[in-house]
Amino acid sequence: MSGPSSYQPSHPALQWFEKRLPLIGLIHSSFIAYPTPRNLNYWWTFGGILSFMLGVQIVTGVILAMHYTPHVDLAFNSVESIVRDVNYGWLLRYLHSNGASMFFIAVYIHMLRGLYYGSYKAPREVLWILGVIIYLLMMATGFMGYVLPWGQMSFWGATVITNLFSAIPYVGESIVTLLWGGYAVGNPTLNRFFSLHYLLPFVIAGVVVLHVWALHVVGQNNPAGVEVKTEKDVVPFTPYATIKDGFGIVCFMIFYAWFVFYIPNYLGDPDNYIPANPGVTPAHIVPEWYYLPFYAILRSIPSKLGGVIAMFSAIIVLAFLPWLDSAKTRSSKYRPLAKQFFWIFVVVCVLLGWLGGKPAEGIYITAGRILTFCYFAYFLIVLPILSRIETPRAVPNSIADDVLAKYGKKAGPMAPVILALVLAGGLVMGGSQNAKAAEGGPTPPSLSWSFAGPFGKFDRGALQRGYKVYKEVCATCHSMNLVHFRNLADPGGPGFSAAQALAVASDIQVKDGPNDAGDMFDRPGRLADKFPAPFPNENAARAANGGAYPPDLSLLAKARNYDRGFPQFIFDFFTQFQEKGPNYIDALLQGYEDAPKDFQLPQGAYYNKYFPGHAIKMPKPISDDQVTYDDGTPQKVENYAKDVATFMMWTAEPHLEARKKLGLQVMIFLIIFAFLMYFTKKKVWADAH
Amino acid sequence: MTTTSSAQHTRRDFLYVATGAVAAVGAAAAVWPLISQMNPDASTIAAGAPIEVDLTPIAEGQDIKVFWRGKPIFISHRTKKQIEDARAVPVSSLPDPQTDQARVKEGHDQWLVVIGICTHLGCIPIAHEGAYDGFFCPCHGSVYDTSGRIRQGPAPSNLPIPPYAFVSDSKIKIG
Ligand code: FES
Repeated sequence: MSGPSSYQPSHPALQWFEKRLPLIGLIHSSFIAYPTPRNLNYWWTFGGILSFMLGVQIVTGVILAMHYTPHVDLAFNSVESIVRDVNYGWLLRYLHSNGASMFFIAVYIHMLRGLYYGSYKAPREVLWILGVIIYLLMMATGFMGYVLPWGQMSFWGATVITNLFSAIPYVGESIVTLLWGGYAVGNPTLNRFFSLHYLLPFVIAGVVVLHVWALHVVGQNNPAGVEVKTEKDVVPFTPYATIKDGFGIVCFMIFYAWFVFYIPNYLGDPDNYIPANPGVTPAHIVPEWYYLPFYAILRSIPSKLGGVIAMFSAIIVLAFLPWLDSAKTRSSKYRPLAKQFFWIFVVVCVLLGWLGGKPAEGIYITAGRILTFCYFAYFLIVLPILSRIETPRAVPNSIADDVLAKYGKKAGPMAPVILALVLAGGLVMGGSQNAKAAEGGPTPPSLSWSFAGPFGKFDRGALQRGYKVYKEVCATCHSMNLVHFRNLADPGGPGFSAAQALAVASDIQVKDGPNDAGDMFDRPGRLADKFPAPFPNENAARAANGGAYPPDLSLLAKARNYDRGFPQFIFDFFTQFQEKGPNYIDALLQGYEDAPKDFQLPQGAYYNKYFPGHAIKMPKPISDDQVTYDDGTPQKVENYAKDVATFMMWTAEPHLEARKKLGLQVMIFLIIFAFLMYFTKKKVWADAH
Repeated sequence: MTTTSSAQHTRRDFLYVATGAVAAVGAAAAVWPLISQMNPDASTIAAGAPIEVDLTPIAEGQDIKVFWRGKPIFISHRTKKQIEDARAVPVSSLPDPQTDQARVKEGHDQWLVVIGICTHLGCIPIAHEGAYDGFFCPCHGSVYDTSGRIRQGPAPSNLPIPPYAFVSDSKIKIG
């Protein structure tokens, strides 16, 4: 994008077009002929990865918007119907929701790379500031996207974040009302968030164009941090950078696919599988993992306004970096002190992220304050002083020299660095799952489930028995609002035939109407009907259950989790553990005991050791020999619990088998593709050395 | 640059072609779910299951409109005269030749069941109107007879018959 193009089209038609709109020339000079420093390492492929992720998010987002309904009464169910009914809807949603996390992982690496190699220094200040703007836009977009499914975390996250603005003196309250479009977070809020969530990615794309433009005017920085001097320092963008970025993207896709196909809900908060309820706040409001460091900074300042200012400053300070660090040497490779402080800073950020997921109490508050100080000290004290007192090592004369020097000693500390990053990332991401530590109680034992792991499938027998238990026991109080009778005959389900499912449906009477005469009437259930609630309305359900509302069970297995502790969640990432919900359901059903002597059991409650607080309103629902099993399985609570938990896991995710099956195919494909890309890259680069 | 033998050339070309081919297969496969999501979803398909309609309340000379899969279905209880009119026309003179017998179920000649969507551009014709006492489409003036066959106007073919069957003498199942 810099200067007149060297592109000379050969075809007369192309020449004609080029004279009038030099678009092809622009593309040619930006992405084909563009000179790239030849010593770029793989940290530089994250720019390409980010472009790829932006594309994925926009494409999947545009499609999800075709099926989503931005209304408080319909949003939650519309997201569930995307996952359950739309062809490949589960895939598109998981690509999008996990894509946001991937986007942030890539942007953090991209930013830290810029920080380490001094990519913000002259003449790249504007390039850097445009990057900070993109980052801010990403944060706004990610936050608003998280609100759209309208679960508990969506609602309360929106409430908490918009309330930040109430800290502004005098006008704060009015600004919050303005943001909400009401007196509380409600339908107008959801509508505008949807509109903006759709709009902002295109704004991001626009600023990305500026970012890339600025990059192509000043040229890329490189690990040596010296400017390009001669032709020998560079290689043309295509094929060299293209193939290298392509290989990087494919490797990143493997990482991405790991999440999408095997642990799609690992990064999300289970509370978001509970529909938004303005009357009940979840025990801990935790933002998505990528905001946790800033959340920790917010909470560590003991003043409302101060916390908000600190949090925003933590991002804004990045924009001033080019002037805070005045060192002449760019790359920290040649700055022994700066290099150490950089890694300390990375550790500070990770620890802040971990703290952000912890409850704000006791030692965590003190630690948060110290780390917040360290965070700002890095920018405001360490870098300005270092740049004056540090004597850097000699930098190479040119990029070509740097490349030659590197040829002697192979393989840097790449592998341990990546491992450390993965562990650190696990720490931050796991942090958000850890937030419920304060609730206490014994951890439910982990059972072996047939659907666990990458090759897991539902045990048909268990599903059918589980359905029986649900129908005879649970269904007397609980509904399953998202499950249809036709689902019983779906592939991946309990394996009913269509006729059996229809028979089950026609056993019940469904309220329908009004008919032509204006009357409501009862008719036999159809395949398209949902599992009905046993009560005509919520109040009747409460009245029949001692005031407690029996929750809908369709999503119970996804909406329940418990603390697995550190460092368990890192192993969970590698073992693809996602059986928290079923373990919890199973444990809960077996956890009824007589209350210990010193335990004050509230009126009308029962003691259950696995229920948070140990006092549950639901009486022990099932005991031995209550449901008849025809297949010889022992009629014990233990088996009932396990079967019904299996059944609920299926109702929470009917496409689990399809997900794992497609995942395996995608993984095999990507690994083959990655190998091919790697060897192609080697061949292409062979003649550049 | 070193001199490369032709054997190396073919090996390299093979690698390039293989990588490109795998990339192309991957791109094509990735597009599949992006397109497939546009098709009717599972709940729409389930809601399109057959429906039953009770014919008892429809008097002779009357017709009703029911919806199936989002389409209006006209059910007319035809009079003797309407049936005779429909059968008196020489089939060869019709733009879309079809006998009346072929458009109703045998033994149930009085019942005409058609999809009420004009075969011109999709408007809904009005029953009991037009020169043939059949259907008249107000959009561009197509006129259908009492058998739902096109007689005048721009529509190219007769009103289509939905799949249906008589469950009993007074009940049909559409779909
Ligand atoms: S749509 Fe009926 S005549 Fe054109």
